[in-house]
Amino acid sequence: MSLLEMRNIVKEFPGVRALDGVSFTLDRGEFHALVGENGAGKSTLMKVLSGVYPEGTFEGDILVDDQPSHFKGIRDSEAAGIAIIFQELSLVKELTVGENIFLGKEPSKFGVINWSELYHKASNLLRDLRLPIDPRVKVGSLGIGQQQLVEIAKALSQDAKILVLDEPTAALTESEVETLFGILRDLLARGVGMIYISHKLDEVFEMSDRITVLRDGKTVSTHQAKEITKDGIIAAMVGREVGDIFPIPDHKLGEVALKITGLTAFSIDNPDKKLVDGVSFEVKQGEVLGIAGLMGAGRSELLMSIFGAWQGGFSRSIEIGGRPATISSPSDAISKGVGFVTEDRKRFGLILEQTILDNMTLAGLQKISGRFVTNRTRETMAAKGPMRSLRIKANSPLTVAGTLSGGNQQKVVLGKWLLTNPKVLFLDEPTRGIDVGAKQEIYAEINKLAKEGLAIVLVSSELPEVLGLSDRIIVLHEGRMTGEFTRSEATPEKVMSAATGH
Amino acid sequence: MKPGSIETIVFWHKFNLHMEETKTSRFSATALRAYIMIAVLGLIWAYFHWATDSIFLTPRNLSNLMTQMSVTAILAVGMLMVIVSGNIDLSVGSVLGFAGGVAAYSITMLELGLPVSIVAAIAIGIVIGIFHGVLTAYLNIPAFIVTLGGLLAWRGAVKWLLGGNTVPISNDTFKAIGNENLPAMIGWVLAALAIAFVLLMAYRKARSVKDYGLGEANYTGELLKSIIPIGGIIAFIIVMNSYQGVPIPVLILVVVALFGAFLTNSTTFGRYLYAIGGNADAARLSGINNKLNILKVYGLLGALTGVAALIFTARVGSAAPDAGVLKELDAIAACVIGGASLMGGRGTIFGACLGALIMASLDNGMSLLNVRDFMQDIIKGSILVAAVGLDMMGRKQS
Repeated sequence: MSLLEMRNIVKEFPGVRALDGVSFTLDRGEFHALVGENGAGKSTLMKVLSGVYPEGTFEGDILVDDQPSHFKGIRDSEAAGIAIIFQELSLVKELTVGENIFLGKEPSKFGVINWSELYHKASNLLRDLRLPIDPRVKVGSLGIGQQQLVEIAKALSQDAKILVLDEPTAALTESEVETLFGILRDLLARGVGMIYISHKLDEVFEMSDRITVLRDGKTVSTHQAKEITKDGIIAAMVGREVGDIFPIPDHKLGEVALKITGLTAFSIDNPDKKLVDGVSFEVKQGEVLGIAGLMGAGRSELLMSIFGAWQGGFSRSIEIGGRPATISSPSDAISKGVGFVTEDRKRFGLILEQTILDNMTLAGLQKISGRFVTNRTRETMAAKGPMRSLRIKANSPLTVAGTLSGGNQQKVVLGKWLLTNPKVLFLDEPTRGIDVGAKQEIYAEINKLAKEGLAIVLVSSELPEVLGLSDRIIVLHEGRMTGEFTRSEATPEKVMSAATGH
Repeated sequence: MKPGSIETIVFWHKFNLHMEETKTSRFSATALRAYIMIAVLGLIWAYFHWATDSIFLTPRNLSNLMTQMSVTAILAVGMLMVIVSGNIDLSVGSVLGFAGGVAAYSITMLELGLPVSIVAAIAIGIVIGIFHGVLTAYLNIPAFIVTLGGLLAWRGAVKWLLGGNTVPISNDTFKAIGNENLPAMIGWVLAALAIAFVLLMAYRKARSVKDYGLGEANYTGELLKSIIPIGGIIAFIIVMNSYQGVPIPVLILVVVALFGAFLTNSTTFGRYLYAIGGNADAARLSGINNKLNILKVYGLLGALTGVAALIFTARVGSAAPDAGVLKELDAIAACVIGGASLMGGRGTIFGACLGALIMASLDNGMSLLNVRDFMQDIIKGSILVAAVGLDMMGRKQS
């Protein structure tokens, strides 16, 4: 009899089958890891389990203690003893540890909270977990690692039988990870079952009883951790052909366009934690340099730091075109010929309520339109170049950016940066969440730009994309460079194995 | 794509077609708002004209109305730009009082003369604005808090400066800033200049189409489009001249509003304000110096507050410790009624001025009708909330 059984879960989003018949079981006191590439369906599966996607929005059965469950929301799954700790912490920083643990279920009479009981229970709970944390301090004053542990205490205050941890160590230092694992082992001994999502295979092998691999929304295989090697897991994770949607690159490499030495960047929340640690690389004119790595490997932070836009601490030395250069702000970077197609177009790339025209001319406004006084005619003339060449499907440059499809929005962001006349172009997740047709168009454009002599740095979580487009690939794992491959050397297995720190 | 090539011309043609379409069939959201607001203003005017037995729409009353709105509208022009950048300023009423106090103090107590006192009022506005800007943009203190503190502190500063007394001004030239009118002849000369400017802009617009190789210049079309603004200018001068001529405060307001419209529509600075208010992260990553631009916009609002302070002080003929109380709320209300979003990124100078005119019309009309003071406040407050409520409902549907 298993603690949890998920049978044939199918979850569809418009146009995508995110989960395609996934089955999964968990025993009492078992540590069961769930691994797979970004987008394989791990988080979606956990959202189904927790009731974030309520019953009826997916197919398949969920059984807890062999009883069919019908979760209409998160409260139902909590009542059934399932607690999920998501990547983003869900604690209220301005409240105390005790208040957070009992948030929404404070011991009270007629709405009046019994504070001594609340803090008494909280300190008992923390003592049980052997956490030396005062329940009366504010959560915001704790380090990220301790906050993570408070989150676990909160989950256990609800008598969780099943604990789901989604990348819980992403923001933790090594010693914090050890503390966490110590607590998790205690809980396992008490019979709590754990589902553990992580990209860090070392951790997965250290803790797991079983490992299940997901790929493209399907269960590939489930293994006893003792009976499989890391290589075996990696092969199961990537086992996919690189499709022929990639143009065949035919780039003539020129001089070194950008050279970075000793780049180190620190976390904003946890200023002692290095997110990127001493990375050096160079990229030549006409070259596409791929940067591979799993979520949290420090890829975006790397690009942000070069661009002068990282808001935590950072240091590095830069040479552009063979000469030392200082970049202390994005406008410095732009004037030195660096363009940056940022990730998450809605958050970092676009002003959604403004027009295509306004968005596209923003980064190069003073060059395109005029230093002080703008000229709409000139702007329209400039914007129509990329609108044409990138085939942005919109009635006119005056269409509001927020009304476009994801693919067209992404092209607007790309167009914005092409209008700054860059010599080096950073692309961070340039095809995230857009349809295959638009992807292919962007691939062709990347290839074309490289042929025209642009130096391109491409960050992507999609391994086939990095392999298919890059002349050379560097791999990051937890902020360190763990591999460098030429196009002919690179295989999915080699890259994935470097990306998991193997 | 080369200028003058076939595909360029086709592209431009399609672009213009689309613009015409948006104008005629669907309206752009902003244009639609403007028409609705003008209609609302028309209704308000028609009602007051009827209710006051045809007093409201006389040249004398319209002249008064325009003069009454000028202080609020000048503040609203500056406030609009601050709001567009995603910020707020609650201190302008107190800063207005302080800058007016500085002007009065320097001209009566220190006897520094008119030019110095004018410069002093505007300079003190700029310095205070920049100070607020530094605290907000560089020290990351929320604008609401900085200017709430300013609301209290600068009011205290006026009381200290004036020793708690009202300081009368005897300089007649200073008082003229708030009370005199332009001679009819000069009014017409300015109107002629304005009309010439409108025609010049129309000509340049038609020419630019040709210069960029986008097709033939359509001079007749642009000329026809100029008829409405030219008609407006002539009507305005006729009405003002049939009383005492264009009031100086209204002339200053027109200059300030045109300047504000130019900044927001036609400069990189204006575009950056909309970008920062629309998405601060995207603006920063596009190379915009958010902090510096926020600093500038507060300095600008400070300068306009100084200008408004001069008009206010000159009109009353004295500087008082309570001068400008609650003016910040009038200015914010004018922006919001005019369609500005307090979240930033949206709003127009035209809308803010129209909002100020609507507020002033309500004040003026209700005074003519002898509506009790407390009732006026209740009605104005309700209209502000209702206007924004209707706007939100309209937005959800679209």
